[in-house]
Amino acid sequence: MFDTAGVKPLIEVKGLKMYFPITAGVFRSHVGDVKAVDDVSFTIFEGETLGLVGESGCGKSTCGRAILRLYEPTAGSVVIDGQDVLGADQGLLRRMRPKMQMVFQDPQASLNPRMTVAAIIGEPLDEHTTLSKAEKLARIYELMDQVGLNRDFANRYPHEFSGGQRQRIGIARALALNPKFIVCDEPIAALDVSIQAQVVNLLEELQDRLGLTYLFISHDLSMVRHIADRVAVMYLGQIIELSPRDAIYAEPLHPYTQALLSAVPEPDPEAEKTRRRIILTGDVPSPANPPKGCNFCTRCPKVMDICRVEEPRLTEIRPGRFVSCHLYDETAGATAAPGATPSNNNTAIQQGE
Amino acid sequence: MPDGAQPVLEVEGLKTIFRTRGGEVHAVNSVSFDLKPGELLGVVGESGSGKSVTMMSLIGLLPSPPAEVREGKVLFNGLDLLKCTPEELRAVRGPGVGFIFQDPMTSLNPVFTVGYQLREPLMKHMGMDKKAAQVRAKELLELVGIPDAERRLKDYPHQFSGGMRQRVMIAIALACDPKVLIADEPTTALDVTIQAQILELVKELRVKLGMAIVWITHDLGVIAGIADRIMVMYGGQIVEQGPVAEVFDKPRHPYTRALLKTVPSVRGERAPKLSVIEGQPPILRAAPSACPFRARCAQAFARCEAENPARFPVGPGHDAACFWDYDAGAPRTTAEAAHV
Repeated sequence: MFDTAGVKPLIEVKGLKMYFPITAGVFRSHVGDVKAVDDVSFTIFEGETLGLVGESGCGKSTCGRAILRLYEPTAGSVVIDGQDVLGADQGLLRRMRPKMQMVFQDPQASLNPRMTVAAIIGEPLDEHTTLSKAEKLARIYELMDQVGLNRDFANRYPHEFSGGQRQRIGIARALALNPKFIVCDEPIAALDVSIQAQVVNLLEELQDRLGLTYLFISHDLSMVRHIADRVAVMYLGQIIELSPRDAIYAEPLHPYTQALLSAVPEPDPEAEKTRRRIILTGDVPSPANPPKGCNFCTRCPKVMDICRVEEPRLTEIRPGRFVSCHLYDETAGATAAPGATPSNNNTAIQQGE
Repeated sequence: MPDGAQPVLEVEGLKTIFRTRGGEVHAVNSVSFDLKPGELLGVVGESGSGKSVTMMSLIGLLPSPPAEVREGKVLFNGLDLLKCTPEELRAVRGPGVGFIFQDPMTSLNPVFTVGYQLREPLMKHMGMDKKAAQVRAKELLELVGIPDAERRLKDYPHQFSGGMRQRVMIAIALACDPKVLIADEPTTALDVTIQAQILELVKELRVKLGMAIVWITHDLGVIAGIADRIMVMYGGQIVEQGPVAEVFDKPRHPYTRALLKTVPSVRGERAPKLSVIEGQPPILRAAPSACPFRARCAQAFARCEAENPARFPVGPGHDAACFWDYDAGAPRTTAEAAHV
């Protein structure tokens, strides 16, 4: 597993907020906000994979897009490799783009159907480099080799490929400019089980070879367990738990994480018979009108009086383990720290496989 | 499950093809299975393996053209559904066979209230008047756990959340007390916590209403939790079929074995590397003359190229379409080639 000691943070997100205004009437007056991402802070270290999980509508994709400034965030700061992303003007931002790339969920929708594979993979090279035609083609072939696409298919169109191969095209495009950081937004959600494993293995190989840093956004908790070094769980626009992978799967602390993990069915009939499931009642509240106090208080099986009044804060209650829940108020106390940067002298983060 | 009971649904040698501009696509090839009353049959397979097309062929839900059910017999309580007129089929859908579709947003009509859509089958199939249908509709919403049912009947589909919408779909499918309920990936579009709610609901309703259920999914975890029997499809064929515990414990088809290995788990040991099934599923341009899995199979040998394997019995109520005998660690001999 990943060891954070002595590794510098590549991505630092502090107090990120992304509100979408709700307007009403002919004058489109501002009547409220959809708080898609509400005060989110975390750090990703160089070469690390941070898994960002949560259910649909929890703001995980919005968070990923806001970090790359595909949206204009409402508040907060994002520093990638020492450079302030949110403060950069358009010219500077454009020069920073090669460093940070994205792989989208739906390869069908994110690849232009009228461009050939070579043109799709080569487009970032056209935009950001001054390579000659021959150099560009060489680079395109190199990228196709890297992601396991046959060079002979360079002049084919996306519809001629299967879902898994299309996602490889998307990955090759993201790799074209030698990025340091890639946001993978549900890259395997649209793929079949047997193909998912191929793509995840490819992402891992590329990380080893190229030293990439990933933000891996997914609702598939078992895949995140496989690929991520640390895992952040989002609920209604906020990170409610952030922990090293082995720790969070072995012992989830937040009641929501507990329910989420217990809801994942196990491909084993014997285990399924005895498994205790925490069934949450109701649905996720609207992010336009989150409940008072803790966001999870409307569905929490362990809800207390304080939860309906006071909003909990993401606090490091054990080395490297951050949780935002009043259940852990006593144990927290001393180590309360905003911004989920794990301490380096911890024992919870284990090294090696 | 009631053993030896007369099956409520018997499918024999079902073949469905699609006519496309590129030629025929053989989506379903000689599929045979039966379903006993009260049984929950889980159907797994990748997209394009023919699982949805098989089920939709049964009750004539595929548009024709391009689809054509070319061969086979589908006996529902002794009635051959493939020989039925459209009117006869319509009478079977609803009271006989209920269907839950994958995406509740596209299968509910956005311009009618949920109450209207629930009353419609009740009035058409059950001969209820509007008043009686209204009462029954409310009961159905309560049955699937939608709070404040009376008021919610007046709401339109967009006013429901994804999980609630899927509950409405289930309520509509249950409206006419079907003998068989076919659920096509009913929880795939839902979040895990909502999926857990729906799965609990189905388990509960099944005991209460005693119907047979066909549950199509690609999630082996879901099958492990709710099914009595599992049917694995690949390339338009059933490649393995058997009691769920037996198949998970002793998978006898290389595809099932590989599939079980590729699924990572949130519990237990974490494998350092995911095992993969290399290659792509086949495109079925012609009726298969060889094993459809051979190109991706590590076990494949000469015979797999030459012949399409029949389903060999490999255990009690368990069969697999593979020439390799995992118990003996050797290829099967022709003498065993008994059809199941």
